[in-house]
Amino acid sequence: MNRTEIFEQLNEVFRDVFDDPSITVTEQTTAADIEGWDSLMHISLISAVEDAFDLSFPMKTVLAMKNVGDMVNAIADRL
Amino acid sequence: MLEALNYPFDPALLLKKRRSLKRELLSDGSTRIEKRIAVLGGSTTHDIIDMLELFLLNFGIEPRFYESEYGQFYEDALFGQELAEFQPELVFLHTSFRNLRFLPTAEDNASSVAEKLDRETAHFTAVWENVSTRFGCPVIQNNFEPPYYRLLGNRDAWDPRGWTCYALEMNRRFADYAAAHESFYLNDLAYAAGDYGLQAWSDPLYWHMYKYCMCLNAIPAFAYQTACIVKSIYGKNKKALVLDLDNTLWGGVVGDDGVEGIEIGQETSMGQSYAEFQRYLKTLSSYGVLLAVNSKNDEVNALAGLEHPDGALKPRDFVAIRANWEPKSKNFGDIAAALNILPDSMVFVDDNPAERAIVTRVYPEVSAPPLDMPEHYVGLLDRAGYFEATALSKDDLARVDMYRQNAARAEQQNRFTDYGEYLRSLQMKAVIQPFEPMVLARVTQLTNKSNQFNLTTRRYTESEIEAASKDSNRITLYGRLADVFGDNGLVSVVIGRQEGERLHIELWLMSCRVLKRNMEHAMLDSLAAAARARGVRTLVGYYYKTAKNGMVRDFYKDFGFTLAAAEGEDTVWELDITDYQNKNQFIEVNEGHYEQN
Repeated sequence: MNRTEIFEQLNEVFRDVFDDPSITVTEQTTAADIEGWDSLMHISLISAVEDAFDLSFPMKTVLAMKNVGDMVNAIADRL
Repeated sequence: MLEALNYPFDPALLLKKRRSLKRELLSDGSTRIEKRIAVLGGSTTHDIIDMLELFLLNFGIEPRFYESEYGQFYEDALFGQELAEFQPELVFLHTSFRNLRFLPTAEDNASSVAEKLDRETAHFTAVWENVSTRFGCPVIQNNFEPPYYRLLGNRDAWDPRGWTCYALEMNRRFADYAAAHESFYLNDLAYAAGDYGLQAWSDPLYWHMYKYCMCLNAIPAFAYQTACIVKSIYGKNKKALVLDLDNTLWGGVVGDDGVEGIEIGQETSMGQSYAEFQRYLKTLSSYGVLLAVNSKNDEVNALAGLEHPDGALKPRDFVAIRANWEPKSKNFGDIAAALNILPDSMVFVDDNPAERAIVTRVYPEVSAPPLDMPEHYVGLLDRAGYFEATALSKDDLARVDMYRQNAARAEQQNRFTDYGEYLRSLQMKAVIQPFEPMVLARVTQLTNKSNQFNLTTRRYTESEIEAASKDSNRITLYGRLADVFGDNGLVSVVIGRQEGERLHIELWLMSCRVLKRNMEHAMLDSLAAAARARGVRTLVGYYYKTAKNGMVRDFYKDFGFTLAAAEGEDTVWELDITDYQNKNQFIEVNEGHYEQN
């Protein structure tokens, strides 16, 4: 799976979790850019991403994610 | 009802799609009872509340939540002002092993651990008692999962210093409290953790990162078992299982394979699975769950299959048997009508997806679990929580007998052409009395589960019922009815509020199992007598229309009340009782011959 494909699948996850079909994420997207992305929704987001890509992130990796680009890196590392 | 939320559900999907699922539920046009639920947590409760909300909406309950600040369950229960303003109707205390404060150390011995257990328990009893006195509402309390590591290995299970042992002792104490207190409901978190798998459940990442006492994916199943307690408290349990026969209660097709050819019993592994399922159902029925048969078979073959010597279920274990070639949806409706219960309160158990679809197309609110293979049947029905037993009265245990007696009554009725003659032949005896302590639990249960013969459909908690019984402005009456065939138990409840010379009838309900026996006449006579003794001249009756109580729309009219007001389909009725004539001719009331089972 290349980076573009990861982004495509990630968009689906974001749309489901935040219940907004118009969301498109980029490398630079952060919590501030998406309505409802607070610390509590972050838990379900991480879990939904793990579920969609069938992987699980260590705590350290989750804590280091500053934007969607970091998330894509973490996914790419584990595929 | 949303299929995605019926057991078995996909936890990850529910967590991910919670928002759209909620939207879908809220826009489905169904009517729900509203409840204020306070969730007081010893850990993060956000996702638990989200999942609880979905399941409750799906059960016909629209919750409004109060969520305590993180970890503030104790402070909130004892002092919380905002909580008091919220006026909870139910308090859920979501605590876990992480909230135990006096865990034993190496220096402890048996007696010092016993002291710690006492202090630990006192911390929680203070919470429960404060909730009870401040809000008078039911409490749901988790017990404790085992610790996720064992300092003493297997010794941890018995040594008083072992934390595993400590959690078990705490659970024993919580169980003792539950056994002694009516409105206290234990939520078996320990079982949920074991069921999910303790290691996965206790994933420390979720505690350290999010202060969750369990992993995220375990939350839906845990929230579901919690929602089952709530819906059971509010009378939304199922009452009956309507069962297919071939490949559901035994392997094979009895009409083709013959009684000798079906798989049931100890001979084969498949036969054992079906035999265990039959034993499960038989045991379930001993707790008051009604069983009925809905099968495409010649009746003679169906009965022969049920007489198989290795099967636990016999024809007499069923309150209705429909074995014929009619569509199953028709049989399903006929069974509901014969038992006087709503189709929604029956679960359809059939291995054939096409048959399930036929029934749920006609009755969309009916649960029809997706049976796949016989070794899963028990687990599937069990985890679905259809019959969560928050209350277990003597009446529940006797229910199957009562329905059997009703079948005998129906047979008796066929022997009479005159309905009055039939009623006389039943030799009915009733007890009609003001509420007394012994009956409060059953009265409360009835107010929460009666839908059809219920004029106002007001729901009460046990403390509200108790308060009504002590209120000098209120007349409360319960009625029990017995006849030659047996005891129907406590079947009718009336509450009236006096205002000078007028008595407002706030609640009038009756169990459908005693329809058309003139019990309502006897209740009205007693109500009128009690009201007149207090100087009341007018009874004021209220009918509030719901989706389910159409059968009592003309109840007051039929009793000679006159229409005083109407708003939409809700009506208010009045009856002058200064010259009231008793209506009941068939039931002996309070004669002292009443024998309880």
